[in-house]
Amino acid sequence: MTAAHPDPHSDPVVHAGPVPALSIRGLAKRFGGKIAVDGISLDVPAGSFFGIVGPNGAGKTTTLSMATGLLRPDFGTAVVHGVDVWARPLEAKKLMGILPDGVRLFDRLTGEQLVTYAGLLRGMDKDVVASRVGELLSALDLYEDAGTLVVDYSAGMTKKIALASALIHAPRLLVLDEPFESVDPVSAANIRSILDSYVAAGGTVIVSSHVMDLVQRMCDHVAVVAAGRLLATGTVDEVRAGATLEERFVQLVGGRNHTEGLEWLRTS
Amino acid sequence: MVAHLLRLKLTLLRNGLRRSPWQLVGLAFGGLYALGLVGLVVVALVLLRTVDPELARTVVVLGGSAALLGWGLIPVVASAADLTLDPARFTTSAIPMRQLLTGLALGGLIGIPGLATALAALATVWTWARGPLPAVAALVGAAVGVLTCIVLSKVVTTATASLASSRRFKDVSAIAFMVPLVLMGPIVAGVGRGITASTGFLPELAATLSWTPLGAAWSLGGDVAVGRPGAAALKLVIAAATLAVLSWCWKLLLERALVNPPYAGSGSRKGGKLGLFDLLPATPAGAVTARALTYWLRDPRYSGSLVVVPLLPILLVFQGSQSGHYGVLAVAAPLAAFLLAWSISADVSYDNTAFALHVATGVRGVDDRLGRALACLAFALPVVLIFAVGQYFFTGSWSELPGQLGLSLGILFTGLGLSSVVSARYTVAVPLPGDSPFKKPPGNVGQTLVVQFAGMGVLSLLVLPEVGLLIAQLVTGNAMFGWANLAVGLMLGLALFGAGIRLGGKWLDARGPELLAQLTVNR
Repeated sequence: MTAAHPDPHSDPVVHAGPVPALSIRGLAKRFGGKIAVDGISLDVPAGSFFGIVGPNGAGKTTTLSMATGLLRPDFGTAVVHGVDVWARPLEAKKLMGILPDGVRLFDRLTGEQLVTYAGLLRGMDKDVVASRVGELLSALDLYEDAGTLVVDYSAGMTKKIALASALIHAPRLLVLDEPFESVDPVSAANIRSILDSYVAAGGTVIVSSHVMDLVQRMCDHVAVVAAGRLLATGTVDEVRAGATLEERFVQLVGGRNHTEGLEWLRTS
Repeated sequence: MVAHLLRLKLTLLRNGLRRSPWQLVGLAFGGLYALGLVGLVVVALVLLRTVDPELARTVVVLGGSAALLGWGLIPVVASAADLTLDPARFTTSAIPMRQLLTGLALGGLIGIPGLATALAALATVWTWARGPLPAVAALVGAAVGVLTCIVLSKVVTTATASLASSRRFKDVSAIAFMVPLVLMGPIVAGVGRGITASTGFLPELAATLSWTPLGAAWSLGGDVAVGRPGAAALKLVIAAATLAVLSWCWKLLLERALVNPPYAGSGSRKGGKLGLFDLLPATPAGAVTARALTYWLRDPRYSGSLVVVPLLPILLVFQGSQSGHYGVLAVAAPLAAFLLAWSISADVSYDNTAFALHVATGVRGVDDRLGRALACLAFALPVVLIFAVGQYFFTGSWSELPGQLGLSLGILFTGLGLSSVVSARYTVAVPLPGDSPFKKPPGNVGQTLVVQFAGMGVLSLLVLPEVGLLIAQLVTGNAMFGWANLAVGLMLGLALFGAGIRLGGKWLDARGPELLAQLTVNR
């Protein structure tokens, strides 16, 4: 997981100190009349396990897509380990492994073919790809289904094979959008231990989720996003300020309905 | 409750249309087409009123039986069957069975096929309006017949629901459906010839069918009109019993389906076989070729066109055998070259958002373009060569071969180059991954049409030199023009192929994210 650092290109925005794994400045995106992301700036320290939380439609996916080179931002920059994603996309994409949410996979390939394809597309050596594919599939409990077409996979298995495709080239930064959605608890634990050892070895992980509990247990840093804006960011302990992350989140985001009314729902 | 179900169906239809005005246009065209057909049928049925009742009865019974058969068979093969009122969605609503059945049956009438059948059936009342009694009998027959059509299709779809939800069945049936569709001409001609050869056979067939569940309902009016009320009464019993038995079957199947939702499982298979990925070079372009070729074989949206191409010469040979001139075969190679080369102009649209993998891995645009074009070339080149050479075994005029080859290869390479540019820039509305190849999704139909026509226009401009040389050869009969055509076709074609890959690759590098955004909208 410790590929040689690419040219330590220094962006004027990046301040002194260690280069963050991901640094975004003023990212904004508008879809038609709706502003999906409204100027988000954020630093993800290298070697951190970073959670992005927010309600549905907060702009998490849009922000991550813009930060990873999948969606061109209207304004703002994204810099990965000192490499500007939109100025030098090919270099930046070598550093990143991406698990996008809500996109299809080439699902008429077998699981094994799909991960191999992801490796070969990145120009990796055939033998390296072959040995890594075997290890990844075993680690993600997909070995028994390696020859099954991805279209016949369950939702959880599909997530896992997409994760394997994102890991194949040993990226320095992993960006995972909703990685635990519809993954069973055993597989989720497996994935978490893989991610933990990846972070321990110096990698950086960004996950988005709306399961606060999971983020509080798993991540060391967190950012709270709502309505396209950044509400809070820092270490998990700083952000939750004594309360649980969930309480703090509801407090920050607001809009909680008090359960008045619905009296008829109280049976007997 | 029945009214609720009908309103639901109408609301679903209306909201579907509201999503895009283009879908309304599509429905309007479909409706006009169906209206034209139904209009013809209705006029024919009205005209039948004045002909000999035996003939009228034969026509009505045969037509009705065919309609019933169609309602039974088409839902099996057309996996695009209308599932807007899929019974599985009512599992949690606790609707009384009887009302659910009535609502779903009447809901089946809403939509183009249902309305068309109902209108045609009602027209038979006019056919038999030769007196009050026959007209009433025909009306009863039409009502029973149309209901039977709908209930039969429901029985078939419910019974095959778990079969039809298995991916393998969908894939195979979609491709199998292509074959009769393409061979429609020869089939119709063959059946037509068979019928004219045995005209005496049809009234007999109709008479026999009228005693079976297929034709009983449709013969009521005719039997009363020719003065056989006894037979009509018996047939009414047959028709009513058919409807009752089918409804009962449907009820049983539905009851079972509501508690046992269709399960489409498949065994797991261990890996170890990388297929084409093992055979082709392990470079980005090689991997794209392997992936694209795998899709040509496994994805019915691609393999459907692979099935059509070998049928092309069969069609042309059939035409040739009809007229005795095989000259029409000369079209086969250029046409196949065009169809195959143009088919990858929608390649990125077929990927849908899976294309995100190409954007995320940062594969170079040139590798992406080259891989896809080579995958198509891998089988298009042999096919075009075989077609080009093969026709001269029928015609024997081998002197035309070089010119023919020049034009075909020119079209193939130029087309692949142009397709590589087009699919790097424009998305078109294509069936989604996993959908039936016949299901055109609502999308930017306008852009689709513009892209298709403009692309074909540009292609015909680019192959003008080859076409000119071919015409020169045909006019002067000088074989030199043929050889010149072969040289020009190969060289100009390859040059344009290379230029197309380059330009497409450059556009893809610059606009990959924008292309992905367009695909996301189409999804």
